[in-house]
Amino acid sequence: MKKIEAIVQPFKLEEVKEALKAIGIDGMTITEVRGHGRQKGHKEVYRGQEYTVDLLPKVKVEMVVPDSRADEVIRTLAGAARTGNIGDGKIFTYDVAEAIRIRNEDRGESAL
Amino acid sequence: MLSTKCLRFLLPLLATAAYAQDDKIAALEAAVKSAQSSGDNAWMLVSSALVLMMTGPGLALFYGGLVRRKNVLGTMMQSFILMAVVTVLWALFGYSLAFGEGSSFLGDMRYMFLNGVGAEPNGDYAATIPQQTFMVFQLMFAIITPALISGAFAERMRFSAMLLFSILWLFIVYLPMAHMVWGKGGLLNAFLGGSIPCFDFAGGTVVHITSGFSALVCALYLGKRIGFGGEGMKPHSLVLSFIGACLLWVGWFGFNAGSALGAGALATSAFVATHFAAATGALGWVVAEWLKHGKPSILGGISGAVAGLVAITPGSGFVTPMPALLIGFLAGLICYFMVVVVKNKFGYDDSLDAFGVHGVGGSLGAILTGVFATNAVNNALKDANGNPLPLGLVDGNGAQIMNQVIGTGIAIAIAVVGTFLILKICDIVVGVRADSKEETMGLDLSMHGEEGYNFEA
Repeated sequence: MKKIEAIVQPFKLEEVKEALKAIGIDGMTITEVRGHGRQKGHKEVYRGQEYTVDLLPKVKVEMVVPDSRADEVIRTLAGAARTGNIGDGKIFTYDVAEAIRIRNEDRGESAL
Repeated sequence: MLSTKCLRFLLPLLATAAYAQDDKIAALEAAVKSAQSSGDNAWMLVSSALVLMMTGPGLALFYGGLVRRKNVLGTMMQSFILMAVVTVLWALFGYSLAFGEGSSFLGDMRYMFLNGVGAEPNGDYAATIPQQTFMVFQLMFAIITPALISGAFAERMRFSAMLLFSILWLFIVYLPMAHMVWGKGGLLNAFLGGSIPCFDFAGGTVVHITSGFSALVCALYLGKRIGFGGEGMKPHSLVLSFIGACLLWVGWFGFNAGSALGAGALATSAFVATHFAAATGALGWVVAEWLKHGKPSILGGISGAVAGLVAITPGSGFVTPMPALLIGFLAGLICYFMVVVVKNKFGYDDSLDAFGVHGVGGSLGAILTGVFATNAVNNALKDANGNPLPLGLVDGNGAQIMNQVIGTGIAIAIAVVGTFLILKICDIVVGVRADSKEETMGLDLSMHGEEGYNFEA
């Protein structure tokens, strides 16, 4: 099993969700996060006081999928989240040791 | 002979008829008086409620949104608690010390515990409404004035120190100033025997200059907040500030038009001037900001509107609509300049710009009142023959500008000296500034043991 962790633009979340749903991925966890990679921040001005804001709002999407589906999910996710501009975000993958469904203690891929 | 007899018979009848006529007229007069009293009293009670709404929720939201989220409740509390504390002090001594006929500088104790303040009007102040209405209307001004200062010491003053400060400030700065300008026999009272007639319709000197300059002293005395100028110091919710500022705008109709103390044409004139100045104040600030920073902001818009409202306050019952447009616009521009350019240059931490808006806007308005006050709007000041006297420069009375400057100077002097002394006392008794741990934690938790936003709940 692979854990896929994607950090995407908040306004792309709906498209990402729809695209994943279309290929049959319907479990995921969403977190509102702030951060930056190569993208520079922006300037805000409140009553003349300037603030440089370089930690920008992003959305972190996390899901665990069977190894066989990981590539397809990554391609779909990247395609849906892409605008072609700097700041589109990143995808990380991890190996998962075990998955357990709390309700009935199903284990492995059947718990996904 | 016959006619004399007839007359002797008829005269008493005629006299009786005349008496009946007199009774009717008296009854009619009483009915007219009662109708006027009802009309005026209705407006004054609404105005009193509007002015209270300026403090809570108006100012509480305006200031609450401008601070960081960890201080939102502490900031709101600094406004709200005054609605309770000042009310009690006002009932016991405050009203009497402001409006009892005492010396030139302070009232006496004739209305202590509101003794004699009831349904009967007080002809010196407002002849058509119960004195109790006048008393409660004036109370709302005494509540908001110390609350305005909290913008300068936001996010770093101990709650106990803030309470003690506000109580002492009411007695040492507000009540003497209110008496001097509005109390019978007060030094600056233009209409009730003051030796230096200063025009202040709704509180340019009494409310905005005193609170604004006291704010500056507080900002300098307390020093900067920890982390001042850093990224984390942004206003946490301009949405709250926006709602608060709009409530202030509406509440200000009670503040200024209510200061006519009746529901007549003068109230209308003050209402119009108030609204116009708010509009051009907003435009002045937004235009300046757009030119300087390239973007018009909502915070600039609401700050400018408040600046315009502050500046029109002393002149609202004396000026015509066109000067009101000008006064508001100048206030928007000048307060923008003070807050954005001058404050940032000197680097003092007037956290929410109580000085830049109220001190500067109030002074500007007080002086411009001397320019634009006209007896075409307000003819309460008359010579021995009952002809209205010229008021400001536009009426040909240029000397009034000097009176306005003196009034402004006295307000500034009392505010600066009084506030400094009070801060010293508070520092000795309870300690003015929150310690660094309390300040970092935020006043909501450290002073009040609660949080404004509990998302997990």
